[in-house]
Amino acid sequence: MSTEEQPLLAAVALHKAYGATPALDGASLAIRAGEVVAVMGPSGSGKSTLLHCLAGIVRPDAGAVRYRDRELSAMPDAERSALRRGEFGFVFQFGQLVPELTCLENVALPLRLAGVRRREAERRAAEWLARLEVTDVAGQRPGGVSGGQGQRVAVARALVTAPRVIFADEPTGALDSLNGEQVMRLLTGAAREAGAAVVLVTHEPRVAAYADREIVVRDGRTRETVLADR
Amino acid sequence: MSRRSGTGWAADLALGARLVFAGGRNGLLRTLMTALGVGLGVALLLTSTSVSTMLGGRSERTAARDDQFFGVDQPPPGDRTLLVMAADTTYRDAAIRGRLLQPDGAHPPVPPGLTRLPGPGELVVSPALARLLDSADGALLRPRLAHPVVGTIADRGLSGPNEYAYYLGTDRLRPGGGTMRIDRFGTEPSGEALDPVLMLLVLIIFVVLLLPIAVFIAAAVRFGGEARDRRLAALRLVGADTVTTRRVAAGEALVGAVFGLLAGAVLFLLGRQLVERVTLEGISAFAEDVRPSPALTVLIVLAVPALAVAVAQLALRRIVVEPLGVVRRSADRRRRLWWRLTVPIVGVALLAPLRGGIDQTGGPVNQAQVITGVVLLLVGVAALLPWLVEAVVGRLRGGSVSWQLAIRRLQLDSESSARMVSGVAVAVAGGIALQMLFAGVQHDYVRATGQDVSRAQTMVLVRGDLAGADAGSLAERFRSVPGVDRAVSVLDATVSPVGSVPDEYGERPGTLLRIADCTAVRELASPDRCVDGDMFQIVDDQSPARADLPAPGQQVELGFRDPETTRWTVPSGLRTVPTRTDPSGSRVTGLLATPGALGPATLHGLGATVYLTMDLARPDTIELVRNVAAGIGPGADVQTLRATEEVTRFAQLRRGLYVGVVATLLLLGASLLVGILEQLRERRRSLAVLVAFGTRRGTLGASVLWQTALPVLLGLALAILLGTALGGILLALVGQAVRLDWSSIGAMSGIAAGVVLLVTGASLPVLWRLLRPTGLRTE
Amino acid sequence: MSIGQTFLGLLEASPRHGYELKRVYDERFGQGRPLHYGQVYSTLARLLKSGLVSVDGVEPGAGPERKRYAITEAGVTDVRRWLAQPEKPDAYLQNTLYAKVVLGLLTGRDAADILDVQRAEHLRLMRTLTRRKADGDLADQLICDFALFHLEADLRWLELTAARLDQLATTLASTTPAPQAGPAAAQAGPAAPQGGPPAAQAGTAARRGGSTGREVSA
Repeated sequence: MSTEEQPLLAAVALHKAYGATPALDGASLAIRAGEVVAVMGPSGSGKSTLLHCLAGIVRPDAGAVRYRDRELSAMPDAERSALRRGEFGFVFQFGQLVPELTCLENVALPLRLAGVRRREAERRAAEWLARLEVTDVAGQRPGGVSGGQGQRVAVARALVTAPRVIFADEPTGALDSLNGEQVMRLLTGAAREAGAAVVLVTHEPRVAAYADREIVVRDGRTRETVLADR
Repeated sequence: MSRRSGTGWAADLALGARLVFAGGRNGLLRTLMTALGVGLGVALLLTSTSVSTMLGGRSERTAARDDQFFGVDQPPPGDRTLLVMAADTTYRDAAIRGRLLQPDGAHPPVPPGLTRLPGPGELVVSPALARLLDSADGALLRPRLAHPVVGTIADRGLSGPNEYAYYLGTDRLRPGGGTMRIDRFGTEPSGEALDPVLMLLVLIIFVVLLLPIAVFIAAAVRFGGEARDRRLAALRLVGADTVTTRRVAAGEALVGAVFGLLAGAVLFLLGRQLVERVTLEGISAFAEDVRPSPALTVLIVLAVPALAVAVAQLALRRIVVEPLGVVRRSADRRRRLWWRLTVPIVGVALLAPLRGGIDQTGGPVNQAQVITGVVLLLVGVAALLPWLVEAVVGRLRGGSVSWQLAIRRLQLDSESSARMVSGVAVAVAGGIALQMLFAGVQHDYVRATGQDVSRAQTMVLVRGDLAGADAGSLAERFRSVPGVDRAVSVLDATVSPVGSVPDEYGERPGTLLRIADCTAVRELASPDRCVDGDMFQIVDDQSPARADLPAPGQQVELGFRDPETTRWTVPSGLRTVPTRTDPSGSRVTGLLATPGALGPATLHGLGATVYLTMDLARPDTIELVRNVAAGIGPGADVQTLRATEEVTRFAQLRRGLYVGVVATLLLLGASLLVGILEQLRERRRSLAVLVAFGTRRGTLGASVLWQTALPVLLGLALAILLGTALGGILLALVGQAVRLDWSSIGAMSGIAAGVVLLVTGASLPVLWRLLRPTGLRTE
Repeated sequence: MSIGQTFLGLLEASPRHGYELKRVYDERFGQGRPLHYGQVYSTLARLLKSGLVSVDGVEPGAGPERKRYAITEAGVTDVRRWLAQPEKPDAYLQNTLYAKVVLGLLTGRDAADILDVQRAEHLRLMRTLTRRKADGDLADQLICDFALFHLEADLRWLELTAARLDQLATTLASTTPAPQAGPAAAQAGPAAPQGGPPAAQAGTAARRGGSTGREVSA
């Protein structure tokens, strides 16, 4: 992979504190288009906060987040929301599907938020449900489907807008090994096929092994280890 | 659980009570909210049960000072008698009760609240009147009561703390013509019963206001229900069984209810102190009079905790508290329509037989039947609403994202929304029904006076005590008041056959002789021509009274009282002209003379009427007119002419109803708000994820609005339907034609919609706060 | 596990006598199987010959046990290279990694780097296995998964160790002779107890260290 390439998403010296507790203390990283990067580290190390800052959900106290040629941390909330609707996709550990909506409607939701008409949005959502092998739960509410199915619905929802970056925060955290493997296979497979970059926050090495490389966060700082080629 | 002893009960209840306090800051906050909510409801209940004692105290005091004994023989003058004349006046819009007192002897009766009678020219005033006279606002009143104030009327002589009243000592009263001789103050309280129609209105007002309060209390004891369910689940985990959790829940509910009762008592006592500052429709009340009736108080003290426990148990019936969490049972159970429909139908069935059976003159109403019927019809709103919301929401599809989120949420759990809205719907339904009833019976209570406000706006009546010499300049004196454009005066005398005997009030039968210049003549009759010196017989062709007119050439006596009468011969050659309705709406048959024909200066005991055309835009004018009238004599009465007249009790009821409905809706709005906030907190994770997705705040705000507005709209529709039905039935009860009163339907719905918007608006700051990304953090 | 590189790491911390090296090695890395003296001196002779250590001084009385050894520049470079080099992610390499971490801490290096390098190496292998799994049939997947789960267990241990580095550093500081304490103790003999760590204490530390590892495979 060429190091000359301009990163798609980059963070420089991010600082973020919740009250008196520092969550990020000078974290930096760069993500190139289409690559899958695992963000690892012990719990409380600031992985999720880093993801939230990268996705423009949280504004860092100091430091900069740059997406393509735009300064994310300087954008107003509405613009960042628009960016999240259009260019980013999200998969979380749990509680991410809107419990009131059916699975199909959940997947169609980001499209509808982006202004796609309902019929069209649901048609595309149905395609993604098929790709993720969960067509049979389309009409059910999230409360009635298994964890693995729900997570696949969530992956479909993250991918349905053809985002450039998918942010996945412990996507297999609530799943058993087999379901976790399937979700990761589908997530990374679909993302690579679509050319989307994936920022994968996990503490599980087997999940991180689906990534192209890993970044370790410890005490709010990133550590990236580049091995000399042997 | 059969092995458990009685102490197990107590221990479980106590555990529930302790859990309330162990819940930390949030738990305490919820308990406070419950206490405040229940307290507000209890305070309102206590206030409404105080109304009868309040009115009772008031009517006792007003009866004790009564001095107008009509239809009773007046006592002969003596050591213990007193001449009294009502000299009520009006200042701005406030009524002032006034009495002129003149003792006949050394031991006259003294009105309650006074220690002695004021001497001639001395004034005793109520505290409120004293304050008014001392203030700048009272400037125009001071000339009217320009006498030294020698004392204050004590509370027991007043109907309320803000009543304006005075007693003026005098030595110029003579019996007759509105002056009465009495030997005591006070009558037995008459217990002037409201007529059956008004009674019906009052009953329904109480039902309409109290029912939503009951709904509100039921909602208030469920504040923090989610947290409680989780606590109970935790108890199950450590080994409590279902029966125990029920008792623990009962204990928690009891704590909230007991605190609510205490808060209610405190709120009531605080609010009571404010009562004295309020004057509604001229009525004010002493704080000490606002006493809840003991029996009803006991009922409230028992019923509120019982309701709280019952609601807590009912709420538990809908969920299963498992050791690892709470399962809701609501989703799979379809609501059945039949029993919900039964409730209002039984209500109608109870009311229908009473159709046409209640009128103003009729006998007593079967109150229990009416109240039960009305309650059932209104409860029908609350019973049908969950079914209606479920049925309608279940059929809704599509729409924008915010709409979709809202209806899907409602489809998942329509019950809590319907529960929150049902109170509002019940209040609106009752309000609409009452307004319809009001509008329907209005024409019975508002009557046309026949007064022609285009010709005169004010009329000064002077009772028959004028000497003719003073009467001439009467119109002049009013004409000089700034703002008075025109003053037309008419003098009235009585023409009686010679030797006729005065009746019991000292007045003799006779014919009216009116003396007026030609300008004034044209207000009273329609002669083809008029010059000074003319005299007419005026005849009301709509009245059969012309037979009594004295014949030309007949000797008659002019005047009221014996020593002041004048012999007079009815001249011949009187022209007969038709009468014209005067500005006050009267049509007179009698004699009409111009001053040149009679020479009024020699007459005594004349009455007078002055019609004034004035600038109503100048509020001071009427006060100046009243002052001038007061200068003429105590018997001068200023009346404002109105095209219509309303029975005042009715106006008070209607105003009370509006105030009550608005207060009730605000109260329900508060519980609606708490419900929405709880629901939002419960969904914070879901909301945070939606924000992460890039959902606009506006979309989420609109979704909350839809989610509240949809049940409210359905509730309003149901309320309009059943409220109109109830209103129609009530109108039928009093034998009136059923008319839809769109303005009140609009007003009630508008107020309710306003409350919903207010509540949604108030919930948005919390929504925005929940939307902050911190909601995504997992501990 | 390499005795020679372990000796070099210990000598980088401070020059030591041969018997001292044996004692520290046994306490910290011996796992209840002390080195033979012959093994110690043949290793030291090999290191001397390679120029990685030098004889720092000779105590009076002669004999191999009287020589004090110190690390050379070349030796330091060798230790650095060794520590920076990730181990091949085989099973049972905990002892080597443990030794590396301890020596890293003793020589004032950032032990977290050692772990990060190793994690990176592990993940590299895991990524390869994961990719092979994606392309392979079920048998391949099952075999790969076996290896992946073992590697994951190693990585979990690495994470845990990384999280406990501070704790480990504190323990080492209280149980390891200060760099100059070794010769001082030798000179003063048993009469000067201030620098010589009580055997019981050292034994405790060894057991603690050993308890996380498995069989010594070196």
